[in-house]
Amino acid sequence: MLHITQAERDGTLMISLSGELDHHAARAAIEQAEDLLVLYPCEKLILNLSGLTFMDSSGLAVVLHLHRTCARSGYEFIVRGAPPQPMRVFEAAGLPQVMIFERGE
Amino acid sequence: MRAVVNKMSLKFESRSVNEAFARQSVGAFVAQLDPTMEELGDIKTVVSEAVTNAIVHGYADKAGFITVAVRLLEGRVLELKVKDAGRGIENVEQARQPMFTTGDDTRSGMGFTIMETFTDKLRVRSTPGKGTMVTMVKVLKERGA
Repeated sequence: MLHITQAERDGTLMISLSGELDHHAARAAIEQAEDLLVLYPCEKLILNLSGLTFMDSSGLAVVLHLHRTCARSGYEFIVRGAPPQPMRVFEAAGLPQVMIFERGE
Repeated sequence: MRAVVNKMSLKFESRSVNEAFARQSVGAFVAQLDPTMEELGDIKTVVSEAVTNAIVHGYADKAGFITVAVRLLEGRVLELKVKDAGRGIENVEQARQPMFTTGDDTRSGMGFTIMETFTDKLRVRSTPGKGTMVTMVKVLKERGA
C-alpha cells in the first residue's frame, strides 16, 4: 500500500510517499501528485521518499514524470530522503546524475 | 550441476495487486539463507520487475496465470524463474535496451536494466503468441565469514 500526504509552506510543496511504490501504485501516485501541483501552486517541489519501504522501476517513472512537469513549469524539483533500497534503484538508472537527491526527512 | 537445496513455486493471476504478493513471498522464502538487507532488497526488486513485465506486456490484452519458481542451489545460489503464457516478446534484444518501453507513462523502460544490475545472470526466452520465461541467478555472499 502507498500513502501520499502533502504539506505546503512559503512556496514549497512537499509531497511525501510512504509504503510500497510499484506498478500497482504508480498510476495513483502520478495522478495525485499532479492534482496537488494544481491545488498548491509553488516554486519548489520536494518529493519526500523517506517513508518508502519498497520501490521498483515504477518509482523511476513517477520521479521522471514529476521532474518533467516541474521543468516545464519552471519549478525546482528535489528528491529527498530515499532509503537504501529505492536509492539502489535510482542509482542503477543513473538518476542522481540528472536531478537533485538530498538526505533528510 | 549444483544440487538443489530447496525449492518452491507460486502460481497467481495477472493482477497488479499480486506484484506485492509475489515479491514478499519470494522474500520470505529466501530468508532461510539469511541474506543481507541489500541482497533481500535486490531480490524483491527483480521479482517485482519480472512480474510487472508479465502483467503489463505478457498479458496486455488478456488475463492469465504467472508462475514464479525459486530454487536454492548449493553454494548460496538463488535461481528465480518468472513465466507467463502471454503474447511473448517479438524482439528480446530491443526489449532489454535501457529506456525502451511500449508501456504507458507509469513505465520507465528500466525494468530489464534493473534486473541485469541486481542479479548475476539474466536469460529471457520468449516465443511470440506463446509466452515468456525470465530466468535470473543471484549468488548470495557467505555470511559470518
